[in-house]
Amino acid sequence: MSHYVSPIREPLVTGNKTYHQITEDLVSPTEKAPTGSWIIGFIIAVSCLAFGLFCIAWTIWHGIGTWNLNRTVGWGWDITNFVWWIGIGHAGTLISAILLLFRQKWRTGVNRAAEAMTIFAVICAALFPGIHVGRAWVVFYFFPYPNTRGPLWPNFNSPLLWDLFAISTYFTVSLLFWYTGLVPDFATVRDRAKGFRKKIYNFLSFGWTGSAKHWQRWESLSLVLAGIATPLVLSVHTIVSFDFATSVIPGWHTTIFPPYFVAGAIFSGFAMVQTLMLVTRKILKLEDYITLAHIESMNKVILVTGTIVGVAYLTELFIAWYSGYVYEQFAFFNRALGPYWWSYFGMMFCNVITPQFFWFKKFRRSIFWTFLLSIVVNIGMWFERFVIIATTLARDYLPSSWSYYSPTWVEMGIYLGTIGLFFTFYLIFTRVAPVVAIAEIKSILKSSGDQYTGPNAHAHHHDHDHALHAVHSAASSDANHGTSGHVDDASVLTMEDDLKKLEGIGPKVEQTLKAAGIKTFQQLSSAQVDDLQRILDEGEGNFMGNSPESWPQQAKLAYEGRWDELKDLQDRLDGGKY
Amino acid sequence: MAHNKVIYGLYNDEEELLRAVKVAKDKHLEIMDVYTPFPVHGLDPILGLSESRLHIAGFIYGALGTLTAFLGMTWIFTKDWPVIFGGKPHWSVPAFIPITFELTVLFASIGMVVTFYLISGMGPGVTNDYLDPRITDDKFCIAFDEHDLDADSASSFFRETGAAEVHAKHL
Repeated sequence: MSHYVSPIREPLVTGNKTYHQITEDLVSPTEKAPTGSWIIGFIIAVSCLAFGLFCIAWTIWHGIGTWNLNRTVGWGWDITNFVWWIGIGHAGTLISAILLLFRQKWRTGVNRAAEAMTIFAVICAALFPGIHVGRAWVVFYFFPYPNTRGPLWPNFNSPLLWDLFAISTYFTVSLLFWYTGLVPDFATVRDRAKGFRKKIYNFLSFGWTGSAKHWQRWESLSLVLAGIATPLVLSVHTIVSFDFATSVIPGWHTTIFPPYFVAGAIFSGFAMVQTLMLVTRKILKLEDYITLAHIESMNKVILVTGTIVGVAYLTELFIAWYSGYVYEQFAFFNRALGPYWWSYFGMMFCNVITPQFFWFKKFRRSIFWTFLLSIVVNIGMWFERFVIIATTLARDYLPSSWSYYSPTWVEMGIYLGTIGLFFTFYLIFTRVAPVVAIAEIKSILKSSGDQYTGPNAHAHHHDHDHALHAVHSAASSDANHGTSGHVDDASVLTMEDDLKKLEGIGPKVEQTLKAAGIKTFQQLSSAQVDDLQRILDEGEGNFMGNSPESWPQQAKLAYEGRWDELKDLQDRLDGGKY
Repeated sequence: MAHNKVIYGLYNDEEELLRAVKVAKDKHLEIMDVYTPFPVHGLDPILGLSESRLHIAGFIYGALGTLTAFLGMTWIFTKDWPVIFGGKPHWSVPAFIPITFELTVLFASIGMVVTFYLISGMGPGVTNDYLDPRITDDKFCIAFDEHDLDADSASSFFRETGAAEVHAKHL
């Protein structure tokens, strides 16, 4: 609307949507009963979660000895999973913050779900250090608070403590950002709901009214939060990489770690967004909002970050050799050809080779390949963390203390449990909140809807200032005459519906109704039958056979987009009569 | 809130709304408020809304976070309980940067979000009167207080500017 959009840009909202249809499409998944596939998915997720909780309880009851960690390999699946989950979270903030600053409109289709994913992934991640400390019930010792132990403070110079601050800040800011975006959409849900459901959404929507001043503040808030979330998201994985890079372990203490970890995080995060969104758009029928254009854009990000990660792997190898430092050289020799060679080659194959398929448009725009490669990338990024952590630790400076680590059923169960936790939260989220940001989709409709841009565009936008200028001169020159004559194409388009879709209305009746000022389904739905009859009686032509008695009811269904119900009604009607 | 009678018109499109607001401003009609389903760009200057100062508040909260973190760590490690870590100085400024940064962000975001809800009269469980449930769907609303503009002039304004519906409501 206010920004110029090149005509070669692909539409981001397809299906010739009106504002009301957008509301209808995006809110209805929260209003209907859950589908069979949702219920099955939920049962599987909750079962995994339950087993994970059992394994956590087992760990806390019996102690960390139930894991296969040993003196040499002190970090195993726990920290691998922690870094993996934190990385997955990064795509959400990237989409909602960095792409907002870059004014990338395609973010609106996926930002809500990706931010939710961030929050759930951070919860899964935070669980691991929480139980790895052993005595999970005194985990609050990490926080600096006046205490009776001296007072004894935590070590603020330690990257592990920085991590605590980074992740708790990241979680809080992501949650605030996400919820503030949800408030107007919860208000939309509220205004359609009835009874107890209305009470719940009234609570959740914080008393949102849609006032112009509130929108202004809301936008200002979103922009500043995006501005500070951008360095925040970069800082989080940077600090996670400091956990390794500030140590003296060969293969860990490298300055390439921060950028390499951040790129890897975005890489794995986008892969997870693709996995989730491809399933979500299919099940919730959101193909008009999450289009191939969105999928292709995300695949481009995967290609770029995957290639950065690949370059980082090769740089590490080169620098290890070039440094002339035998321990560093051995660390990388061991990664590639040591006992864990399979995880190194898994990592190289999944993260470096497979994303290169996305150079080809055919693969970028293929749902099947995108889904397959997104899973491959998720696996590959898990291998990367495993290679960095377990492989490196297993062969340290002293061959006498070398070890081999493989997880116990408890460790695997906790990992499975976090996957269950993630999907349980995500599935609940798809039921209670609009998965696509309604207000944001509406705000890009006029610039990115397929009726306004792309090959099927049939409506054109007059430049705002022009229209306003025209009105301005009209209003000042002839105030009494008013401005009702000044209606541009776009508003005509949205103001007139095809009334012929209703049974009993043909082209002539439609013409007569529109001449009488009834141009939309909505106007017709609120019209009185007597008035309609009078319009027909006074109109030109013979409308003896037409009875308007069912038109308001039909129009109401059409206006609310309840086409299935309208069809049922029309099957029962006889020429528009009851 | 006092019981005010509000006359409001609903428009079907944001461009009609923008034109109507412009006309109202030209005629010096006092608009009570404008309600839209999404942020309409270009509305604020026509409506004469001054720029939000929320980002200034955000800066102040952020600076407060910076000071809290940096001075807190300085006091703890130089005065309250100096500990030697690996022979490094007690006051090791570079090591304080990450936590200082995180608390800056944390204070700024929490402060701004809380301020936003407080000044907008919103919060968990708050119920504000709203004029029409379709405003959060597809209607763009201009509202006049009856004290500022009587019902007849308001409805003639709405008719002239092409409003789809005109209603009155007690708030």
